[in-house]
Amino acid sequence: MWSFSNIANNLHKWLSETFNPTMTLIIEMVLAGVAVIGLFAALGLVLVIMERKVSAWMQIRLGPNRVGPKGMLQSLADTLKLLVKEGLTPNGADKLLFNLAPFVAMIVAMLLMAPIAFAKDFQLWDLNIGVLYVSAISSIMVISILMAGWASNNKYSLMGAMRSGAQIVSYELSAGLSILAVVVMTGSLQVSDIIYSQADGWWIFKGHIPMVIAFVTFIIAVTAETNRAPFDLAEAESELTAGFHTEYSGMKFALFFLAEYVNVFIVCAIGATLFLGGWMPFHIGNWTQFNHVMDYIPSSIWFFGKTFFLIFVIMWFRWTFPRLRIDQLLNLEWKYLLPISMINLLIVTAMAILKWHF
Amino acid sequence: MFEEVGTTTEGDIIINVGPQHPATHGVLHLVITLNGETIKKVEPHLGYIHRSIEKMCESLSYRQFIYVTSRMDYLSSHINNHACALCVEKGLQVEVPPRAQVIRVLMDELTRIASHELWWGAMAMDLGAFTPFFHAFRERESINDIMEETCGARLTMNYMVPGGVMQDLHPNFQKKVKEFMQLYKRKIHEYDELVTGNIIFQNRMKNVGYLSAEDAVSYGCSGPAARGSGVSCDIRKIYPYEIYDKLEFDEVLETGGDSFARYMVRIREMQQSIHIIEQLIDNIPEGDFQAKTKAVLKLPKGEFYTRVETARGELGVYIVSEGGTTPYRIKFRSPGFSNLSVLDHIARGSKLGDLVAMMGTLDLVIPDIDR
Repeated sequence: MWSFSNIANNLHKWLSETFNPTMTLIIEMVLAGVAVIGLFAALGLVLVIMERKVSAWMQIRLGPNRVGPKGMLQSLADTLKLLVKEGLTPNGADKLLFNLAPFVAMIVAMLLMAPIAFAKDFQLWDLNIGVLYVSAISSIMVISILMAGWASNNKYSLMGAMRSGAQIVSYELSAGLSILAVVVMTGSLQVSDIIYSQADGWWIFKGHIPMVIAFVTFIIAVTAETNRAPFDLAEAESELTAGFHTEYSGMKFALFFLAEYVNVFIVCAIGATLFLGGWMPFHIGNWTQFNHVMDYIPSSIWFFGKTFFLIFVIMWFRWTFPRLRIDQLLNLEWKYLLPISMINLLIVTAMAILKWHF
Repeated sequence: MFEEVGTTTEGDIIINVGPQHPATHGVLHLVITLNGETIKKVEPHLGYIHRSIEKMCESLSYRQFIYVTSRMDYLSSHINNHACALCVEKGLQVEVPPRAQVIRVLMDELTRIASHELWWGAMAMDLGAFTPFFHAFRERESINDIMEETCGARLTMNYMVPGGVMQDLHPNFQKKVKEFMQLYKRKIHEYDELVTGNIIFQNRMKNVGYLSAEDAVSYGCSGPAARGSGVSCDIRKIYPYEIYDKLEFDEVLETGGDSFARYMVRIREMQQSIHIIEQLIDNIPEGDFQAKTKAVLKLPKGEFYTRVETARGELGVYIVSEGGTTPYRIKFRSPGFSNLSVLDHIARGSKLGDLVAMMGTLDLVIPDIDR
């Protein structure tokens, strides 16, 4: 009874009894907005501390351990520091674009949260083209990076932005194609439909090897799309100092930084929704008791568990692999990933028509 | 096509890498002409950390000037001191006691391992992998602890003096070195698993930064940078000093000439150093650790030159003496300077990301280049 959807429904009931329909809608929109902004900040803070702890664990260090219990408030303190720092605008920079770019990045990250189902029937906007919406909006991210790189009036920034442009535009293709594999299987672009189609088993288990290939392609492509190592050429520290956000400081830098982490969360959430069943519990065929126990775990825990597992995998990449070179990066996409995911999509389509999946 | 290379035309970008840049590991300043991502020209600008060590040495006595040289190539300070001590001993015609010789070689090889460890971590960091740095420092730390016990310092040791070493070994030395070697042998496979065998790493390193054997000789490269191109130049083998001629070890040669060959030379050199230490650690002869020398050293009139193999290549020390208590002129032939000069040659035509990897494989230490 304390599930997210119940709380949301009760709130909606109470609001519609108390206010007239227009007022109800306005209040609900404000609440949703506040929730998204809160989630943006909270996710950023949690993921930053998680990354630092994961990296410390892999590097035989302790990581932050002074602020708060076991250093858990470290990223909060860092955010406070960044808030009070001066936000410089360099001489010769395009002031409008320079100051607009971090907000574009932030807005994109917030918009992407709309179709994500955080728990059973708990979603801001279950639009019927949910998956397409995600692909479309996430393409806007590259514009903010190009804006930042161009407006900074810095060669390092410009090169980082150009690299990032080439990278994101390329990798969107295989990310899109691997998403399409799931869409073909489900026959719907709506996020809730995709999740309900996995009630008897997640796509990664139901779809044989082609689905596993699609999942792996998806993970590689979104790692590149979010500019994470080993594809972090846009901000390649040892080559371009900090890439497109070299000239940013204070809160403007923090917005880029938080947006990057929130984007990682979002792509992992999409991956978990499409391939790992979103909030669907783990069920095994006819093991009724086992399935019953699994149903007792709240749906939100399933969703966040899967998402954070994928986030951990992406962090694991970052702290293990060296960086690719720009030509190797584009070769990987155009010569390997794209043909593989195209052929894979054909196989998946054949499977969907012939009903070969479980 | 060939004429275009190296000239600045419209559309080229000129970027300044350094003097403050994460990739240069010091205050090296590279002016790079880029066409898109492709390098057309690399121009190193030096002098940001010039401390005129050679001039300073002229006003210091033969005992004092050795301490300044620890600050040249600070990652192999033992070996710098060793080269200077050898040169002064050559002038004084002093016989170094066997115990001191063994201690010196042990310290040199430990330093070589420590230096290569740091290079390995920093090199992986240049390629964007952060974790190896910490793994390398785990082993390097235990070498530093060994040094601290015996020499009293962790970076600039100042342990070698004319006639031997400054003081005797710490009683724990043998035990600690054996512990370190056990740790090292247990962990060395991690290096291959984490970095050497990684497919991304191999693609980044192979067929990149090719340096032919002729170019390596004509640019005066030495050390692992030249041995990666198959040029035999290990001073320990060619002009053996101390007891290197009695020891059993291989000169590591790779014929690839690319970044990966230079990388493998250093990785294999660490194992050779371990092999040398294994031969010596149980056979340290008893006796004096220092020859009897006068309080004030005076070199006879003349010119003296010695060379040793540091972790980066050949270090030459050239002393001109007028017969006084201070040298008339000192010149150091540092490996880093010659190795840096080849950077423009091997970097042209490759991508910006590879430049960082090449600088990593040349193992540049900026205070060694500038002095």
